[in-house]
Amino acid sequence: MHMADALLSPAVGTTFWVGTFATIAYVSRKLKQQIDDKLVPLMGVLGAFIFAAQMINFTIPGTGSSGHLAGGMILAIILGPYAAFLVTASVITVQALFFADGGLMALGCNIWNMGFYACFLGYPFIYKPLLGGSQRPPRIFAAALLSAIVVLQLGALSVVLQTWLSGKSELPFLTFLLLMQPIHLAIGIVEGFVTAGVINYVRSARPELLDSLVAASSKGAAYSLKKVLATFLALAILMGGALSWFASAYPDGLEWAITKTYGKSDLPEQSSGLAQVLDKIQGETAIFPDYRFQQKRNGMKELPAAARPESPPAISVPGVIGAFLVLAIILLIGVGIRFFRR
Amino acid sequence: MTFDQKYFDIGRLDRLSYQDTFMHRLDPRVKVIATIFFLLTVISFPKYEVGGLLPFFLFPVLIMTVGEIPVMFIMKKVMLVSPFALFIGVFNPFLDAGTVAVIGGIPVAAGWLSFLTIILKFVLTISAALLLIATTSFPGVCHALRLLGCPALLVSQLLFLYRYIFVLMEEAMRMIRAREIRSFGGRGAGIKGFVRLTGVLFLRTVERAERVYYAMLSRGFRGDLSILKRSRLEWKDMAFLAMTVVMLIVFRYYQVTEELGCLVQELIR
Amino acid sequence: MSHHIVAFKDVFFGYPDGTEALRGISFRITHGESVGIVGANGAGKSTLLQHLNGYLLPTSGTVIVGDLSLSRKTRQEIRKKVGVVFQNPDDQLFMPTVFDDVAFGPLNLGLDEAAVRERVQGALNMVHSLELRDKPPHHLSSGQKSAVAIAAVMAMEPDILVMDEPAANLDPKSRRALINMLKTFKHSKIIASHDLDLILDVCQRCLVIKDGLLVMDGPVAEVLSNQALLEENNLELPLSLQRG
Repeated sequence: MHMADALLSPAVGTTFWVGTFATIAYVSRKLKQQIDDKLVPLMGVLGAFIFAAQMINFTIPGTGSSGHLAGGMILAIILGPYAAFLVTASVITVQALFFADGGLMALGCNIWNMGFYACFLGYPFIYKPLLGGSQRPPRIFAAALLSAIVVLQLGALSVVLQTWLSGKSELPFLTFLLLMQPIHLAIGIVEGFVTAGVINYVRSARPELLDSLVAASSKGAAYSLKKVLATFLALAILMGGALSWFASAYPDGLEWAITKTYGKSDLPEQSSGLAQVLDKIQGETAIFPDYRFQQKRNGMKELPAAARPESPPAISVPGVIGAFLVLAIILLIGVGIRFFRR
Repeated sequence: MTFDQKYFDIGRLDRLSYQDTFMHRLDPRVKVIATIFFLLTVISFPKYEVGGLLPFFLFPVLIMTVGEIPVMFIMKKVMLVSPFALFIGVFNPFLDAGTVAVIGGIPVAAGWLSFLTIILKFVLTISAALLLIATTSFPGVCHALRLLGCPALLVSQLLFLYRYIFVLMEEAMRMIRAREIRSFGGRGAGIKGFVRLTGVLFLRTVERAERVYYAMLSRGFRGDLSILKRSRLEWKDMAFLAMTVVMLIVFRYYQVTEELGCLVQELIR
Repeated sequence: MSHHIVAFKDVFFGYPDGTEALRGISFRITHGESVGIVGANGAGKSTLLQHLNGYLLPTSGTVIVGDLSLSRKTRQEIRKKVGVVFQNPDDQLFMPTVFDDVAFGPLNLGLDEAAVRERVQGALNMVHSLELRDKPPHHLSSGQKSAVAIAAVMAMEPDILVMDEPAANLDPKSRRALINMLKTFKHSKIIASHDLDLILDVCQRCLVIKDGLLVMDGPVAEVLSNQALLEENNLELPLSLQRG
């Protein structure tokens, strides 16, 4: 599942952008040193392949619903982690730009969710060890299945975390989690099946091919669990930093928000405590909090007493009038330009 | 969408991106930066701030009219990808049920406001992304990315991907059609059929990559993919960017909607 | 002007899986000659062509291009002199726009920006495709792609032009345009094709390859009217000769 811009906050979005971009830069540098020239066109064309393959739907046995390949694991197996991460990044970028599948601000999150775990966790720490050097189909099947399941669970968990930390959705963390994880368990199983199926097919048709490809792209790459965990730690610190920066940059907004939160007893219901606090810290970049407050007060006077809510309203009469007006003006501008173009 | 439909859909957007209008002629870098600022501004809105988001619709409207992009086309694509965000957002009115206003005797929950902002943000951000491609062409965007600091290897990947997407999709379509002709009652449409189709497509792709590599070597390729710089920044590009930034700031921090409403109220009185 | 000799001396080539694709081929092509290469599928034509620009190296024997003998060290140099146009233009137009594709070769030759632009202009003019300059390859028709592929190779100003099935995907009009264009080229031309009428039209000399061996090397009119020889090689008389 792709993360959408509409559910994202700037802090979370930028953090994952930084994390993803850093990984891309690191991977690019590593590849430039190691890569066989031959892989340059291959990586690109394989990206197109994954794209095309993703558009082929198949029916999942027993359910009748249609599924499709995600491709993170299969790329990691074919190309090795570094090249696979780049190719995954390019596929997801094209999805975002051409199909609006996932937002541009959320691109950092999506590339991370669908690329990082497959390339740097699933492949080196689950798939390869389980395979243990053997190439027999049942082994490949088991390794692909388990790694796909784990990778997709991590991806789903990330989406939940990113949504929750952004604070735009009211879904409680646990509820969202309980929705996403089982669905992605099923998706992971299917992905594992399909990945193993294609790998086994290719192996039987052209056995040397996969070996030569992997050899060309990952000569002597060493994966340490430590490095991966260190990356996570860095990212977590970064995110904490970003969130607190947003808080400190707008002290007025924070104060105002906190006053609002704890000064009134008839707040809109919030969900879990942490989301509430984070929400207040993050989104309320109110540079002129008093002004806005004042504005809303003025608007309030126009409402009949029965309609006047106790807490400062987010709906006001001038607001509603203005809304219609703004939309009408924009529409006129659009139609006007169209007309003059003819 | 079926495979065929997706193919023609992506083809249509691609063709639109090669039109020649003022929007298309603007420098790609400027459009990419403007889009990023636009997106950041839109998603920085707090969750109950509905009115403030409305003026932002001016941007997609202007781009679509000046850039001659069909509105229905964009709208359809937006609606097509909306289910996920809508599904998540639709819980808001029920989970965030504190009354925030009473309209005509009916209490309105705060959650409706946050749901509305999600919808508005969704339409704004999705259309911004689509319009970026629709007015800039994919190679243009890649060129901008390269100039803005993206690693060369990733940019060349993107360009190759774009170049061969249509080729590979056509190949896949031919294979799917061939399968359809031979399978009765959808017998090839399950996982086994998919694996075989994808496996064959994969092998053909690898073979094609070998031929492309051979072609590259034949024309002197030695590892570096260099592309000549194509565009120079002109006054109109900088002016566009400056105006966009100014408007974004104004719309973000100035209560345009409310001000207009107050103005009208004053006039009526 | 004898620099542009192409010579095979007793060339053998075997693939890693054991297939002996070339089993002792020898011939000599001089400057300005246009030579056709015909034979059944699998006879070794493509393998032979792939030696001409050093994609493959002979298992034994020598390949001479100009003054250079083909080896791992010399093949980069050789590629500057020998331009190869492939059967499927989609495989050789791999850049985002026509301009980028045609500029690819000159850029790799190390030319400066102005010189590259000049080359691109000249090459596209030669194939009458200047208006396609900024289009992406996937917006072009087969005929247009073929023309651009040739331009991409000609932009490097090779001394020797090699073509593998150049007319395979072309409609009759584009095919005719291609033939007319080839007739104006003064370079050495080596063209492998099943389109015997094209070879008859464009080439002066013809080589027949069978099972990795050179079974005939002579003037094109002679070779392509030898019905028995042609049929032995899964070929037929050119259509223009069939009607007498």
